[in-house]
Amino acid sequence: MRQSNEGTLLAALSAAGNPSDRALWGAEASITLGDLVRGSSLGDRLEELRGRSVLIATDDQLTAALALIELDGVARRLVLSPPDLPVEDIPFVVAAAGVEALVSDRAAVPDAGMSRVGTFVRCSPRIAPRAAARSGSHQTEWVLLTSGTTGAPKMVVHTLSTLADALRRGGTLAPSQVWSTFYDIRRYGGLQILLRALLGGGSLVLSSAREPTGDFLIRAGGHGVTHISGTPSHWRRALMSPSAHRISPEYVRLSGEIADQAILDHLRAFYPAARITHAFASTEAGVAFAVGDGLAGFPASLVGQRDAAVELRVEGGTLRIRSARTALRYLGNPAERLADAEGFVDTGDMVELHGGRYHFVGRRGGIINVGGLKVHPEEVEAVINRHPKVRMSRVRARHNSLLGALVVADVVLTTGADAANGRVAGLEQEILQHCRDALPPHKVPAAITIVRALDVAATGKLVRHDA
Amino acid sequence: MQFDRMSVRADPTATQSAQEKAVMSVRSEVLSQFEQVAKEQNKKLAPLADDLVLLESGLDSLCVAIIVTRLEDTLGVDPFSTADDAEFPATLGDFIRFYENAAK
Repeated sequence: MRQSNEGTLLAALSAAGNPSDRALWGAEASITLGDLVRGSSLGDRLEELRGRSVLIATDDQLTAALALIELDGVARRLVLSPPDLPVEDIPFVVAAAGVEALVSDRAAVPDAGMSRVGTFVRCSPRIAPRAAARSGSHQTEWVLLTSGTTGAPKMVVHTLSTLADALRRGGTLAPSQVWSTFYDIRRYGGLQILLRALLGGGSLVLSSAREPTGDFLIRAGGHGVTHISGTPSHWRRALMSPSAHRISPEYVRLSGEIADQAILDHLRAFYPAARITHAFASTEAGVAFAVGDGLAGFPASLVGQRDAAVELRVEGGTLRIRSARTALRYLGNPAERLADAEGFVDTGDMVELHGGRYHFVGRRGGIINVGGLKVHPEEVEAVINRHPKVRMSRVRARHNSLLGALVVADVVLTTGADAANGRVAGLEQEILQHCRDALPPHKVPAAITIVRALDVAATGKLVRHDA
Repeated sequence: MQFDRMSVRADPTATQSAQEKAVMSVRSEVLSQFEQVAKEQNKKLAPLADDLVLLESGLDSLCVAIIVTRLEDTLGVDPFSTADDAEFPATLGDFIRFYENAAK
């Protein structure tokens, strides 16, 4: 329990640099941090949220950032709803996190699944002056959502301390830094950038899902962005924009997907003055490392270092990480362990050693990373298999040089619908349409191949060729 | 400038060199994939012209990624996967030249 503001995000950002000189710029609205220090985005209802478990479900990233800044140290738990949280998952999230209050920028409770939550507080980018002095009283849990195997999201518990550990070792404050990210700040990669700006003394340009890439680049350039992050897929898209030259960053960061040599080389050629860095992080394990030598993969010397701030191991072909940045636990499923007995998190990311460097080669379990969004093959197979003319299917990754990977499917038809009837092409379209009706676009196979049979192992399980 | 794919197909004059024909086929293959993927993904495609900015074509990242995969199958090249100093294409005309150069 804390009795003062000390240690809260608001106090830390104030200590990092004069808040009146710093801003959060959104696509639709902006605030200066000084106004937030003196006022509130929550009307006068902050105290209603003290000690409670609060779901932050906003349309806009700016209002989510404001709620986080104000509620750290006040709420007992902050659950950050990602922008694409499926409606059917809301009751699970509310129950698993014991949500007692909802903060949203909408005029009314956004969804029926949230209507049973007792308290609804509206958050607005119009900062109102605050009468009472504020104080922190809680070591707030920050809960991030990430995609799970079964469809229900995994709820990963962090604190400001675990989330900000990678920054603490980053060195000096740099008030002139203007950060930006293609990421949504409600995902781990984006949240890191929000914290870097707030705790490093800088400002931040937020992206918006509703804003075209070119407009975002122009806006970020207009605010003089110096440090900017995104996935390799974000960057490939940015480099295809005629507005890519509207920013001239000092620092370009890639994370969330495998950074291949081609994208590193393209970025170096396009932004010759920038330091190009690719980082590895996961929601559960936190930031593991950042590589700045311009080469894909990471030096083998990072693995097995004892007493390092972040310890890496490669076991069973996958990367394992232990550090003070690791999340505390999962909510919702007490049986599911986030780390092993020694505290190492298995990232599920498979690596191979070539010429003194480890290279990422894919994910165990066949999980497909489409432009930074995870796809579990089983989920797509279940949809395909519901089609009446399908006997079985196998979903796998196909390498793609723009998004890292695309989903493709091999399908075995029922005997009656076999290829002999000559309507296979029509049937492929029919199965694809069936997938489009049930799945978000990145999970729909880019291609379906009708095959005679699929390998089934002695265990009765479908044979998957990882990576 | 609007492309007229029909005229491209209807006018393969006897004087065309083999290389010109190859270049034509890259162009028509690219255009055909843009139209096909837009149709499949239910996207409203902007009129296809050389100066059309790709990010304003009506196709999202996923659509362009699917086009790149299909072109790898039909043309046998993926210029996005090679690390050289060529800039990423910004317009449809750049995109076609990107593939024409890779297919040479």
